[in-house]
Amino acid sequence: MADSASQSRSRDLDKLLLRSGNLVGPTFEPGTELRDALNEFVRVLVIGAGGLGCELLKDLAFSGFRNLEVIDMDRIEVTNLNRQFLFRLGDVGKPKAEVAAKRVMERVSGVDIKPHFCRIEDKPISFYNDFHIIVLGLDSVEARSYINSVACSFLEYDSDDNPREESIKPMVDGGTEGFKGHARIIMPGVTPCFECTIWLFPPQVKFPLCTLAETPRTAAHCIEYAHLIKWDEAHSGKTFDPDDPEHMQWVYSEAVKRAELFGIPGVTYSLTQGVVKNIIPAIASTNAIISAACALETLKVVSGCSKTLTNYLTYNGVEGLHTKVTEFVRDKDCLVCGPGVLIELETSVTLKKFIDLLEDHPKLLLTRVSVTYRGKNLYMQAPPVLEEMTRSNLDLPLFELVSKTPRDIVHVTGAAGKGDTKQSCSRKLRVVFKGMDVDMAGGA
Amino acid sequence: MAEPKVKYDRQLRIWGEQGQAALEKASICLLNCGSTGSETLKNLVLGGVGSITVVDGSKVEVGDLGNNFMVDESSVGQSKAEFVCAFLQELNDAVKAKFIEEHPVELIETNPSFFSQFTLVIATQLVEDSMVKLDRICREANIILIFARSYGLMGLVRISVKEHTVIESKPDHFLDDLRLNDPWPELQRFVETIDLNTTDAVAHKHTPYIIILVKVAEEWANTHDGKLPSTREEKKHFKDLIKSKMIMRDEENYREAMEASYKVFSPQGIGPNLQKIINDSCTEVDSNSSDFWVMVAALKEFIANEGGGETPLEGSIPDMTSSTELYINLQKTYQAKAEADFRDMEERVKNLLKKISRDPASISKANIKSFCKNARKIAVCRYRLVEDEFNSPAQPELQKYLIDEDHGTLQEANSLKVLPENTAAGLYILLRAADRFAANYNKFPGQFDGEMDEDISRLKTTVVGLLNDLGCNGSTLSEDLIKEMCRYGASELHAVAAFVGGVASQEVIKLITRQFIPMSGTFIFNGIDHKSQLLLL
Ligand SMILES: [Zn+2]
Repeated sequence: MADSASQSRSRDLDKLLLRSGNLVGPTFEPGTELRDALNEFVRVLVIGAGGLGCELLKDLAFSGFRNLEVIDMDRIEVTNLNRQFLFRLGDVGKPKAEVAAKRVMERVSGVDIKPHFCRIEDKPISFYNDFHIIVLGLDSVEARSYINSVACSFLEYDSDDNPREESIKPMVDGGTEGFKGHARIIMPGVTPCFECTIWLFPPQVKFPLCTLAETPRTAAHCIEYAHLIKWDEAHSGKTFDPDDPEHMQWVYSEAVKRAELFGIPGVTYSLTQGVVKNIIPAIASTNAIISAACALETLKVVSGCSKTLTNYLTYNGVEGLHTKVTEFVRDKDCLVCGPGVLIELETSVTLKKFIDLLEDHPKLLLTRVSVTYRGKNLYMQAPPVLEEMTRSNLDLPLFELVSKTPRDIVHVTGAAGKGDTKQSCSRKLRVVFKGMDVDMAGGA
Repeated sequence: MAEPKVKYDRQLRIWGEQGQAALEKASICLLNCGSTGSETLKNLVLGGVGSITVVDGSKVEVGDLGNNFMVDESSVGQSKAEFVCAFLQELNDAVKAKFIEEHPVELIETNPSFFSQFTLVIATQLVEDSMVKLDRICREANIILIFARSYGLMGLVRISVKEHTVIESKPDHFLDDLRLNDPWPELQRFVETIDLNTTDAVAHKHTPYIIILVKVAEEWANTHDGKLPSTREEKKHFKDLIKSKMIMRDEENYREAMEASYKVFSPQGIGPNLQKIINDSCTEVDSNSSDFWVMVAALKEFIANEGGGETPLEGSIPDMTSSTELYINLQKTYQAKAEADFRDMEERVKNLLKKISRDPASISKANIKSFCKNARKIAVCRYRLVEDEFNSPAQPELQKYLIDEDHGTLQEANSLKVLPENTAAGLYILLRAADRFAANYNKFPGQFDGEMDEDISRLKTTVVGLLNDLGCNGSTLSEDLIKEMCRYGASELHAVAAFVGGVASQEVIKLITRQFIPMSGTFIFNGIDHKSQLLLL
C-alpha cells in the first residue's frame, strides 16, 4: 500500500484538483498548475472573524488557499467561547481578527493570514478589489449590504449591457440562527446580489412606542420601556451602552419595577440582555455546517473542480433535517448590481452641484457623498486631510474632472435612505453629458 | 474558569439549563478521529458535553496535516487519538477527555461490551461490515449510535436507536392553542363581560382579538346552523363580518383579528401525528414502560374523557394589541385552565403508575407539566437496524429515489437501464458499492493513481451487482457518477468533513438534550450541487 501520494499534505485535496471529472465546472483544468495557482496566486478575503469567520479561516486554509486576509472590528468576549474555537479564555479582550489569524497560521503551515482589526467601512474601496473572492461570515444585514454594494461597484457592463467577466467579484455569503442557516453564491451581474433578494431579510419589527408607554403586556415591553424611554428620562444626555453591565443592570431593575406594577411575569436579566442587544442564539454545529458549505463553494467557484450551488442553500435542523436549494433570479432593476443609475448632466455642472443632485435623486437619496473616478478621489468626506485636499475640486465642472469623457462610470459612496434608517453604501453611476456627440456603440 | 452561564449564554437561549445539564451528563465515544470525527467532537466539546473518549489506533500521517486541524507537524508518526484528544481538551477544560489507542474495527470484534458505558457512540468512517456489527451491539445495549462518513464530495449521516421520544420539540411554527371555536366555560364567561359595541373608542381599539374572534365565531355559528365557515367564500364573509365591527380605520386589534381568523377555522381535536402516537401499542403500559409512554397513556385517557377530544390546554397566548388589564386577565384565564388540565393529567399519571406497581410520585410534577404544555407537539422517532436497511431497503421508496421521473426517461446502455440521475440517491448506492469494492479488492475505487480505468470498470460491475441485490434488476447508474466516485478515491476533504461533522454534532445535541426533532432516515450530503437528501429506506 506504499504510495508517495499518502506522504503529501495535499493527499486528499489532490484527488479533487488533479483528476479529471465529468461533473465539473466549464473552466476546470485539473493538474498541479491548478493546485499551485490556488496556493500562490489566489487571494481570498474573509469578512468577520466570529462564529462563521473562525470556521471559514480553517476550512479555507485546508482547501488549498494560502493567501487569506480577515477583517473584523470586534474583540473577543466570553460568550464567544461556546463556538469560536480559535479563542481561549485568556484571549478575552483581544481583537478577534488578530487571534484567529495567528491560531490558524500556527496549525496549518504554509498559510498566510493577514488580519485587519477595523470596521469594513474604514478600508478604501480599492482594498476590496484586490481579492479574487470575498467570503462573508457576518451577522448583520447592514454589513452584508455594504460589502455587496462594494463588490458590485467593481462590475462593468459592455455596450450590450452584459457584465464583463473580468470585472465580476464573486461573493460567498453565510448566516446562521440557532439550528438554521443559509449559504449562497453571489456572482454580481449573473446571479442575484444581496440587494436583489433583500426581502429575504425583513427588518426587525419594533414595538410601537405607545404600547411600551401605555399598554405593556409582555416582559419584552417592560424591558424596552426601561431601555428606550425610562433611560433617557433618568439620564439626561448620557447614552446607553449595552456593553456596560451597570447600564444593563439599571435597565433590568427598571423593567422589573414596571412588570411588577402591571402584573406582567417573565422579566429576567438574561431576557433583558437578549431584548436590548437583540441577541441571536448561536451554536458551534450550525456555524460549522454553513462555513463548510461556504468554503466548499469558494473552492469550486475558484477552481471549477465541481459544479456549484445555484444559488441559495437553506439548512434547517429544528424538526428533522431539511436542506433546500433555491435558484433565485436577479432583479433586473436592481440599483446595486445593475448597469448603474443613469445621470444626465450639463457639461457646466460643478462637482458640488452634482453631489447636491444625488441627495435629491429619488432612486438614490444619498447624503455625505464622496466621489471617485477611475480610482482617483474627486471629493472625499473623510478623513479630514483628504477632505481638505479634494475640497478645491468642488467648484470645478465634473466634465473637466473626468477629462471631458462624454460618458463614463463614476463611483460614489455615502449614506442612503431616509430618517434613522440610513446606512453606508456604494453606488455606481452612469454619467452622460448632454449635447456631446457620443458614439453610443462605444459604451460605458 | 469563566462562569459557565456566561460562556454558554448563546446556546442556553436555545436549549435552556435542562438541555445543558443533559449535555454535561453525557458520555460520548468517538470511533476514528480523522477530520470527520475530530470536527464532530469539536462542536460538542465547545458546547460542554460531560466526557469524551476518542478511539483510534492509527498514527498521524503527513496527509492528515492537510485535513485535520487537531494534529500538527509535531504529531506525525504518533498516536492520532492522543493528539486529537489533547487538542480537544484545550478547547474546554470542563470536559473530561480521554483516548484509547486501538482500532475501532478490532474493538467491535473483540470487546462488544466496551460500548455499553457510553450515552452515545459516534462512529465515523466505518465501512458497511463494521457499521452493521456495531449497530447490533449498540441496539442490544440500548446505546444511541450515530454514523458519520465523508467520502470525496459526498457524505452520510445516519442515526440508529430503537426509539427516541421528544417532549420539547420546539417547532418554529405551530398553531396557538386558543380554543376560539370551542371556548371552555370560564373563557366564555370572560368574553361575555366585554361588549364589542361599546361606544368607548379607546376600549374598542384595545379589545384583544381572542375576544373579538370568540364573539364573531359565536355570532356566525348562530346564523349558520351552529357551523363554522368552511368554504373560501364563507371564510371571506367571516372576515368581512369582523371588519364590519370596526368603528375606526386604524383599529390594529381588528386587523389582527382578520389576520388570525384562520385560527377559528382550523380543525378541532388532535392532529394526525399525535393520533398515531396515541394509537401506538406502547400506550398499553406495564412496569417496563418509560415515563414518556406512561404520560402518553394518561394523555390518551384525558383526551377520551375530560379533554372532550382535546389535549390539555397549553396555557399561553401570543402577544396581541390589547389593554394591559384585559391581556393579563385573559392570560390568567388560559393559565388557570392549563393548571386544571394539568391536575387532571397528574391524577391519571399517578393512577397509571400505581397500576403498574411504580411509585406514584416517580414522575415529577415538572415533567408532567412540561408534557401537558407540549402535548400537541410530542414526537416519537424510531430507526431501522442498519442491517435491515442494507439488506432489504423499502422498495417503493428506493424505486422512487432512483427512478426520479423529473429527470427524464430511462436510457439503455449495454442492455442495462441507466437510472436517471437523482444524484443523492446515486451517491448512496455508490458509497455502498465502494464498500463492496473494498471488501473484494482490499482498496477503495480510485484510491491509487494509475489504476483508475480498471477501477472504473470494476466499480461499474459492482454497481450492477448491488442494484440487482436491491431488487433493481438489470439497472446501472450513469457513467459520469461512477467515474466521479472513482475520482474521489476515498478522500476525506476537510470542508466535507466539517459539513458532515457539523450535521452529526447537531443531531447528537438533539438526541442528548431530548429537544427538537432528530433527522429520520439516512442523510446523504451531496457536495456537488448541495441537493442533499434524506433517504427513508
Ligand atoms: Zn442586485
